[in-house]
Amino acid sequence: MRKISYREALKEALREEMRRDPRVFLLGEDIAQFGGSYKVTQGLLDEFGPERVRNTPISEAAIVGAAVGAALTGMRPVAELMYVDFSGIAMDQIANQAAKNRYMFGGKARVPMVLRTQGGTGRSSGAQHAQSLEAWFIHIPGLKVVMPATPYDAKGLLKSAIRDDNPVIFIEHKLLYPETGEVPEEEYLVPLGVADVKRPGEDVTVVAHSRMVHLALRAADRLAAEGISCEVVDPRTLDPLDAPAILRSVEKTSRLVILQEAVAQCSFASEVAAVVAEEALDCLDAPIRRVTALDTPMPFSPKLERFVVPSEERLIAAVREVCA
Amino acid sequence: MTPTPEQALQIYRTMLRIRAFEEKASELFLAGRLPGFLHTYIGQEAVAAGVCVHLTREDTITSTHRGHGHAVAKGARLDMMMAELFAKQTGYCKGKGGSMHIADLDLGILGANGIVGAGIPIAAGAALTAQMQGRSAVTVAFFGDGGSNTGAFHEGLNLAAVWNLPVLFVCENNQYAESTPREVHQKVKDIATRAMAYDVPGVVVDGMDAMAVFAAASQAIQRARAGGGPTLLEAKTYRFMGHYVGDTGAAYRDQVEVERWKQRDPIPLFRRALLEERRVPAAELTGIEAEVQREIAEAVTFAEQSPEPDLEEALRDIFA
Ligand SMILES: Cc1ncc(C[n+]2csc(CCOP(=O)(O)OP(=O)(O)O)c2C)c(N)n1
Repeated sequence: MRKISYREALKEALREEMRRDPRVFLLGEDIAQFGGSYKVTQGLLDEFGPERVRNTPISEAAIVGAAVGAALTGMRPVAELMYVDFSGIAMDQIANQAAKNRYMFGGKARVPMVLRTQGGTGRSSGAQHAQSLEAWFIHIPGLKVVMPATPYDAKGLLKSAIRDDNPVIFIEHKLLYPETGEVPEEEYLVPLGVADVKRPGEDVTVVAHSRMVHLALRAADRLAAEGISCEVVDPRTLDPLDAPAILRSVEKTSRLVILQEAVAQCSFASEVAAVVAEEALDCLDAPIRRVTALDTPMPFSPKLERFVVPSEERLIAAVREVCA
Repeated sequence: MTPTPEQALQIYRTMLRIRAFEEKASELFLAGRLPGFLHTYIGQEAVAAGVCVHLTREDTITSTHRGHGHAVAKGARLDMMMAELFAKQTGYCKGKGGSMHIADLDLGILGANGIVGAGIPIAAGAALTAQMQGRSAVTVAFFGDGGSNTGAFHEGLNLAAVWNLPVLFVCENNQYAESTPREVHQKVKDIATRAMAYDVPGVVVDGMDAMAVFAAASQAIQRARAGGGPTLLEAKTYRFMGHYVGDTGAAYRDQVEVERWKQRDPIPLFRRALLEERRVPAAELTGIEAEVQREIAEAVTFAEQSPEPDLEEALRDIFA
């Protein structure tokens, strides 16, 4: 199968959906001829023109608010926030408008919009440009939250997100854009709310999403050499969560390590741990372990950043501990 | 208002320090020696220099992602700034902030900022402190044309206006917000006209002319110190380089336009004014230029020789 980058996969998803459905349009800062800060939308202006690939002012609340308004009235906007860190500026529109309209209006409204943004560490972007804020959105009923790890998932999930009739927060990872992977030429969708077993294993379940999937897979290779078999489960959609897939895996392996780039408190990892503790405590042969960022803002120094975010070594230590 | 001879030389020195610091930093960045990313202020030096020459240590500024120039003009040390770009322990933020977050509270530098517009209401708050404490200190908020579209701009100006705060809002209109030309992101020709909505004075000034910036800022700052309230000062300027080091700007700016603005480079413009109108001896200017070069070289050596932060540093400074 052909291999393309995560960036290209996302662009293909946007292009195909824009061709398929004239209601789909893009809005965000510097997304038109500049192609966005991470060049995901580069070239789309040429095909679709400035009506459908719209540069906006630096006005995050207006970008998301306009997407809500357009979605409520029949369009299918894909809005872009340059960094997930800027979502705070738009949080009223995200949390109180996009997420609530359908419910508050008695199910009469639809808000079919996607909010694409990127997050994560690894480029010394500092404390205001390297956060992992997925838990903010997961905590709000009425939003779906998607975080793809591979080009295949990125394309299939983004297409599903655009076709979904609800607001979807779609968080890409800044280090994954150049990563390549197999993506079919023919059309496919990856459904929202369905996890993927990225590597089958017997001894321990590692739940990881976004860039951490790759770290988990590398660690699993190393652990296999010492005779520990890891099953790596990528939920892909963090909300709604495919809890049955995680529970099935834990029932098989009896051990659980959760890996994420965000800090631990009140996080996605906490949620997975709680679900497994509630539903499958009897299956567990060891305490659940969370491997997360340390509880600090993200430092600029590359050395300190590497120290703060989870490493393969930290994951391996946690796996060894639960398997001991 | 024209600068005294001392002020004129200070403005010149400040512009040179900013230019030389950033030229060096760009070179180091392109050589792969600095982590993160870097936004240079090259071309806009007259604004920071012409405004900050009026400020004392008591006064405060807020800045942007393009903050080196503001920090230098407010008196920041080049060696500590350079060390911060190198992510060293001796940097202004102990290697934890980087280019976009340089701050020195002792010098009244309330931080560069990675969030566009965020400094504007913070400036209002700092000005409120001075007002409540009965001091004559002022605050200057620097931001770009792009920043003037944020909610924070409108809310910050309105608050400063209704509370009559001693703050100067300096919009550095360098014609672009990242890749987006001003006319694409706002309909007003002069951002200064937005002052009308808040019933404060809006003034346009040539941001390539340090003398003109000096005069306009002088008036607004005096007004603020005397209890006259905020002013919105729009400086028409241009960034000579791309949005960040590594961006050439070629995708969205035509080279003729760039060259046209470079004809009005604020540094040679001011140098000529000093030599021809002010009759400052050339030797004096050459002396300053040599000093600045020496200072840059020392800053780089200091940064290179400084240690990296210890790992424990990552977990310090989270709470007071
Ligand atoms: C709230 C927010 N939105 C977007 C960005 C990304 N961004 C950083 S600088 C910039 C352009 C800023 O333009 P302007 O205010 O004109 O300042 P200039 O870069 O021209 O100095 C953008 C969009 C950001 N840092 N913060």
